[in-house]
Amino acid sequence: MTGILSLTTFAPLLGVAAILMLRVFGKGDEARASNAARWIALATTLATLALSVLIVASFDRGQTGFQFTEDSPWFSGLHYHMGVDGISVLFVLLTAFLMPICIVASWKSIETRVIEYMIAFLVLESLVIGVFCALDLLVFYMFFEGQLIPMFLIIGIWGGKNRVYAAFKFFLYTLLGSVLMLAAILYMISVAHTSDIVALTNYHFEAGTQTWLWLAFFASFAVKMPMWPVHTWLPDAHVEAPTAGSVILAGILLKMGGYGFMRFSLPMFPLASAQFSPLIFALSVIAIVYTSLVAFRQTDMKKLIAYSSVAHMGFVTLGIFSGNLQGEQGALFQMLSHGVISGALFLCVGVVYDRIHTREIAFYGGVVNRMPIYAAVFMLFTMGNVGLPGTSGFVGEILTLTGTYGASTWPAIIASSGVILSAVYALSLYRRVVFGQLTNPALATIADMDSREILIFVPLIIATLVLGFQPGLVFQVTNASTAHLVDAFRAATGR
Amino acid sequence: MTFQNAAALAGPELILIISALSLLVWGAFQKSTSVLFTVASMAALVAAAVVSAMGPFGRAFSGGLIVDAGSVFGKVVIYLASAVAIPLGERWFARRNMARFEYPVLVMLAALGMGMMVSAGDLISLYVSIELQSLALYILAAFHKGDEKSAEAGLKYFVLGALSSGILLYGASLIYGFAGSTRFEVIAAAMTHGAGLGALFGLVFVIAGLAFKVSAAPFHMWTPDVYEGAPTPVVGFFAGAPKLAAMVLLARILTQSFGGAIDQWRQVLIVMALISVAVGAFAGLAQNNLKRLWAYSSIAGIGYALIGLAAGGQAGIQSMLVYMVLYVIDVTGFFACLAALSRDGKPMETMADFAGLARERPALGVAMTVFALSALGLPPMSGLWGKYYVFKAAAGAGLIPVAAIALVGSVVAAFYYLRLIKVMWLDPSPGATDAPPLEATVVTYAAALFAFPAVLGALIALDPLAQTAAAALALR
Repeated sequence: MTGILSLTTFAPLLGVAAILMLRVFGKGDEARASNAARWIALATTLATLALSVLIVASFDRGQTGFQFTEDSPWFSGLHYHMGVDGISVLFVLLTAFLMPICIVASWKSIETRVIEYMIAFLVLESLVIGVFCALDLLVFYMFFEGQLIPMFLIIGIWGGKNRVYAAFKFFLYTLLGSVLMLAAILYMISVAHTSDIVALTNYHFEAGTQTWLWLAFFASFAVKMPMWPVHTWLPDAHVEAPTAGSVILAGILLKMGGYGFMRFSLPMFPLASAQFSPLIFALSVIAIVYTSLVAFRQTDMKKLIAYSSVAHMGFVTLGIFSGNLQGEQGALFQMLSHGVISGALFLCVGVVYDRIHTREIAFYGGVVNRMPIYAAVFMLFTMGNVGLPGTSGFVGEILTLTGTYGASTWPAIIASSGVILSAVYALSLYRRVVFGQLTNPALATIADMDSREILIFVPLIIATLVLGFQPGLVFQVTNASTAHLVDAFRAATGR
Repeated sequence: MTFQNAAALAGPELILIISALSLLVWGAFQKSTSVLFTVASMAALVAAAVVSAMGPFGRAFSGGLIVDAGSVFGKVVIYLASAVAIPLGERWFARRNMARFEYPVLVMLAALGMGMMVSAGDLISLYVSIELQSLALYILAAFHKGDEKSAEAGLKYFVLGALSSGILLYGASLIYGFAGSTRFEVIAAAMTHGAGLGALFGLVFVIAGLAFKVSAAPFHMWTPDVYEGAPTPVVGFFAGAPKLAAMVLLARILTQSFGGAIDQWRQVLIVMALISVAVGAFAGLAQNNLKRLWAYSSIAGIGYALIGLAAGGQAGIQSMLVYMVLYVIDVTGFFACLAALSRDGKPMETMADFAGLARERPALGVAMTVFALSALGLPPMSGLWGKYYVFKAAAGAGLIPVAAIALVGSVVAAFYYLRLIKVMWLDPSPGATDAPPLEATVVTYAAALFAFPAVLGALIALDPLAQTAAAALALR
């Protein structure tokens, strides 16, 4: 099955090529071309999904190393090296899973410049999958950083009122973090004389060097994650981005931060990771408590969910830097689960936004009277966000907290309050939007979800419940690699 | 050294000088330009590039002319870039009813000067070649007759250029005085244990003179004004190849004559590089005219190339060469795109002119976006790979803090590149643009396709070529 990773990574670009061909050579009006672009994008993302399902299905669960590897020399000692292990393979699936949903979700809500929109999404998908498959630092950097372009355009062109500000903020914040990482990458290459991620993982950097390198990578991943206090770009970006943009941002792009910590910081700089874990714990705990409280005070639905994302990512960083198996597994699971749930929550906001064109919480109320199906769906994902047992949200939180407890008591205890706080803001959001009397006349004629919208949510509902009841499906894939990661970390730090 | 050997080594230059002079005579009789004239001048440049690529290595004219992998690398790029500049400028002037046969001849003479610069092995040939290319460029800057700004640009370029030449010449005389020879290798023998105060003084003057030519801060003052005033395709020409030539020359004199004094000149280069990056990033923020903006962008770009040079050694020079080649292609494409665009017959030069370009002319809009992102150094565009080489060399030479500062500077610069992209993609267009001319669009698309994605494959070939060239230049 050599070559399947490249195929999956670049398959979306074939869709782009098809759309462009149609645009250049096809005749007909813009509406027809737009419609064709939608269908091509959907077909391409579904094909990519099929490929990634194939990858996961034929993934050897017992192996710790990288699979489906491809390696060919490039220039200047770089290699085009691709491969997935238990840590990355499910992110490929998550990306491919969310993308068709985004395309369908944008089917009607995006009416201007549809061709460009679909191209931007397909390019984004290609780059994101590339991030999770790349095993060469520079190739990784290429995919990681390249995403800024389509995301900048998605926020900037199809976003809300304040979109230009949000797009610039997103771009510049992320870029600043990334250039420091680039400096670190180049330093690593010049010291270790290789840019291969596998080789660098086995290379032992000196303790002092590790500190600097760790900080440089931290700058990039902390912004991406985002961790408090560099999270401020996220609420702006989320609020202004179109619904599908928010889904991708929360569902996948944020996960690249956590993935980066697990792929680079922990295995390559174990001493620095151990040294800085109190810092991470402190920042994560602050993120969990502080941003949960901030979320509670929001008047904009999307902003509230954005802050809740920051809080949930706090659990992820806690889990990763706990350095034990529960923590790592929990962090991975939390990322996957959050990808599904937060994506679904943004889609829930999108459903009412498409009808009323406002995200003000105060505007709504009593929606359940007109939209019972919507209320039920929204309820499920609110519960998932709270971390109710039976939903996927529960598994990730309990495991990261257990892991953190194993590493350090106080952060775990304080972080536990986040579980309650998340219930406070999530349930109050739900109550204010869905329950009560329908007093606002603008809502009097609001229609319930149509079949297209239900179709979007079905896979998300299934994923949330299946992961909630059968988390083992994830763990049997991730177990070998995370166990290996933890063993190596323990051996290096002597903990 | 027989005459035949010398002639073989100077083959490309002989081709250029003979064809330039014959074309001059032809043009003088014909009194106008023609398609055949343009094609002939391009053919001479391409022939010079081919001959230099195939020609022998060696030294001629008592070491005044060095032909090695380094000079050949430079010449091929310079001659090809000059060949591209000819149709761009010719057609641009023709649309304004001011096509003149002097234009191709001047470009060829400038190219000849640059070709001699990268081959210079002696302070005399260094000075003569710089003057040859500069004089041709001064005239080209003022070539838009009747346009006040163009005249101003030419005059400004000339006065400041003459000043810098004076500084350079003064430095050269100091070096000669302290080393006892004008030849690079003899100077090197005198500088094996570092340069003495006098020679160092001379070297700093020479560096300052060359820094003016490449518009490195703090010798960049002329750049924005000249770029703004000079005819657009001409700017595309002299923003590219001459800088490559001057950088190669700088690399040669620094390593081949002053290799022993690397610790002394490295500081000078680092300071210049960091000032350039800062000036390019911060001053660019205030620009609304794209030609001025790109002047600042190129100042920052030269800053990065200087970091590569400051890293020293083969890796450093290689990084500078790769960076400069990618830069030349980018800047050529950018100015070709500017030359291609006009609205109601008026050139589009300000940010506001570019509003909505991505809808108006999607292909040119995408190309412009690629150039902006490449200059910003965002992957996977060519600009990133230039930076990759430069900063890898810097990291290898222990200059990581310098690299980190320069990279942070690029984040500041990111703002104005993003502004251009925002204007093109997000803002509504003020009106239809004129149909773009063929030659400028072809160059634009070719350069854009090179910047992405062709660069990813081209580097496989460019990497070893630049490495051999750097090995030759780093040889003491």
